[in-house]
Amino acid sequence: MTPATDTRSWLQKNRMTVTPLLFLLPGLLFFVVYVISPIFQSFNISLYDWDGLGEATYIGLDNYRELVDDRAFETSLWNNLKWLALYLLAIPAGLFIALFLNQTVTGIRLYKSLFFFPFVLSQVVVGLVFSWFYLPRVGLLNAVLTFFGLDSINVLGDPDLATYGIIAAGLWPQTAYCMILYLTGLNAVDPEQIEAGRLDGAKGWKMLWHVVLPQLKPATFIAFVVTIIGALRSFDLISIMTNGGPFGSTRVLSFMMFEQALSEYGFRMGYGSAIAVVLFLIMLVFIGYFLWQMWRDEREARH
Amino acid sequence: MRSIIKTPLAALAATTLLSGMAMADGHGLTGDLRIFSDMSNPAPRAIMEGLVEEFGELHPGLEIELTVVDREAWKTQIRNALTANPPDVVNWYAANRMGPYVDAGLFMDITDMWDAGDFAGLESVRGAMTIDDRQWGVPYTYYQWGIYYREDIFNELGLSEPATFEEEIANCQVIVDSGRSCYTIGSRYLWTAGGWFDYLNMRTNGFDFHMELARGEVAWTDERVRATFANWRRLIDMGAFIDDHQTYSWQEALPFFVNGEATAYLMGNFVVPHLREAGLSDDQIDFYQFPAIVEGMPMGEDAPTDTFHIPAGAQNVAAAQEFLRFVTSADVQSRINGPDGLGQLPVNANAEVADDEFIQQGFAMLSQNATGGIAQFFDRDWPAEMASIGMEGLQEFMVFPDNLDDILERLEDARQRIYE
Repeated sequence: MTPATDTRSWLQKNRMTVTPLLFLLPGLLFFVVYVISPIFQSFNISLYDWDGLGEATYIGLDNYRELVDDRAFETSLWNNLKWLALYLLAIPAGLFIALFLNQTVTGIRLYKSLFFFPFVLSQVVVGLVFSWFYLPRVGLLNAVLTFFGLDSINVLGDPDLATYGIIAAGLWPQTAYCMILYLTGLNAVDPEQIEAGRLDGAKGWKMLWHVVLPQLKPATFIAFVVTIIGALRSFDLISIMTNGGPFGSTRVLSFMMFEQALSEYGFRMGYGSAIAVVLFLIMLVFIGYFLWQMWRDEREARH
Repeated sequence: MRSIIKTPLAALAATTLLSGMAMADGHGLTGDLRIFSDMSNPAPRAIMEGLVEEFGELHPGLEIELTVVDREAWKTQIRNALTANPPDVVNWYAANRMGPYVDAGLFMDITDMWDAGDFAGLESVRGAMTIDDRQWGVPYTYYQWGIYYREDIFNELGLSEPATFEEEIANCQVIVDSGRSCYTIGSRYLWTAGGWFDYLNMRTNGFDFHMELARGEVAWTDERVRATFANWRRLIDMGAFIDDHQTYSWQEALPFFVNGEATAYLMGNFVVPHLREAGLSDDQIDFYQFPAIVEGMPMGEDAPTDTFHIPAGAQNVAAAQEFLRFVTSADVQSRINGPDGLGQLPVNANAEVADDEFIQQGFAMLSQNATGGIAQFFDRDWPAEMASIGMEGLQEFMVFPDNLDDILERLEDARQRIYE
């Protein structure tokens, strides 16, 4: 008997390898063209002095050297840190609203939608609503303050308060977002484990900390990811509420990058790119951590 | 980048040759004429559409395509418009604001047209269109700046239009004592503070010094600059300006004026339609020139000019040139700047100035009492980057006048970096 010769073509033989690759190809292509290559372009442009129109002059690391002495950059960096730290408040706030709403009462769906409502609004609308709320003479906030006999404050006009005022506005939709994540997570909490915990005498904070929260870990992880990334790319609210002012005190890196590179008085592409690179590196720390975490979780799940 | 710029230049050379021949042959204008305009507010938009229609009737062979872009958006979009598939005519602003596009070779040099006398009656505005001794476009309208005030409240308090800064301050004291503010201003978008600096500096140190500062030839820490800020501070310290102005846009600052909580507004003439719409009659508003600070110093004035340009990559240059001649002609100028139109000043000396209290006063002021010179505006005379850092400092000064030393040092650092 002669051995059966394989008459299938190369393509047929390797179907199992080729098919997924083909499916991945368009996505990979777009990812490389629109995400990966712009990153390297930014690195490259940040070494030039270029107005986006004329000749670009190579200036080495001068843009970065200028950044170090730039007070606007320092302010932006500090504001980014404030955003990062305070924006994370959305996670516990979202958790507690979710726990509060996770009950069976008549009309609970309506209450849930009401709490979720701010997340549906465009950031622009949120910004406008809050800037009216903060208005110095006619805003609701000052109406309340004066009612209680307190001095009125101009939140968005005060360089020391403005950033906090914007973060508070940002927390409103972000809390709703985290709440939804936790509500979905709570559906997956195992009632038997709760029961078991209850038999062992756990209740209140102990129950939350030792039984419920560990099961919500995936939701917490996602909430962290979206909140941190949201904090670092905060832009629309700042643009709407203060336009970076008063005198640049509410700028963050993303807004400063836009101002330097793309706004009416900007067009310093190299300098803007240098800011973008710094912002990218900061994000890379978090993104790297998230990726590592996901990879570890997946490996654990497989073993 | 290099290739992107070179191609349209080559194409330009070819089209100019071709169009030159077409003109010489005496044929009518044909082909497409693509116009990008930033006249997006209702009244200017109607004017622009009317102009296109009229021009189309004069040249039936032309297919005119008008694209109106939002005025604010255009300030950043013009870059893309000029580099990729450029139109034949675009709107922009005079003076230093043309700089980046002139340097990058994106505006067509139309000095030949100016030299050939194509724009009769525009001699006085030629300077505003000049960079490196060449002309890069034509103006189509401009407007005066000055102090618009509540005539009725002035009458009630027994005040009259001041001619000197001391009178201005004396008036202001009476106004403040009556429980009002002297000036409304919304400095959120910064440029309104630039107007105050322009006037105070031109009155304190003169027009020529003001321009030297704009060109980066004088240090911001100079004693003369400090003198300007000292004059400004006198007003700030007496409570002349409304509170919380850093939170308002210039439109949001209007109600203070309309409600009589503030009695004057240093603004461009474009504020007048807003005041009339808000219900103020012409008996209630009036205008005066920013008063003299140093006796005998020639008055410099801000009069920002809006312009038309031919992009370097324009396809139908002949039609574009004809459009520029059309739009600057005395007849068209009288009509588009009339009270039914833009309500501003015509750039052509032979055009008629509209019969409007404010346009007439502005025209008289600019033609008779602006012997110092005519500036464009802080954010048009200063290089863009310096203007943005500068206006931020001006706003900070208005809120925290004690920070002056720090602000001036910051501006001086920026000057040394930007003008090198």
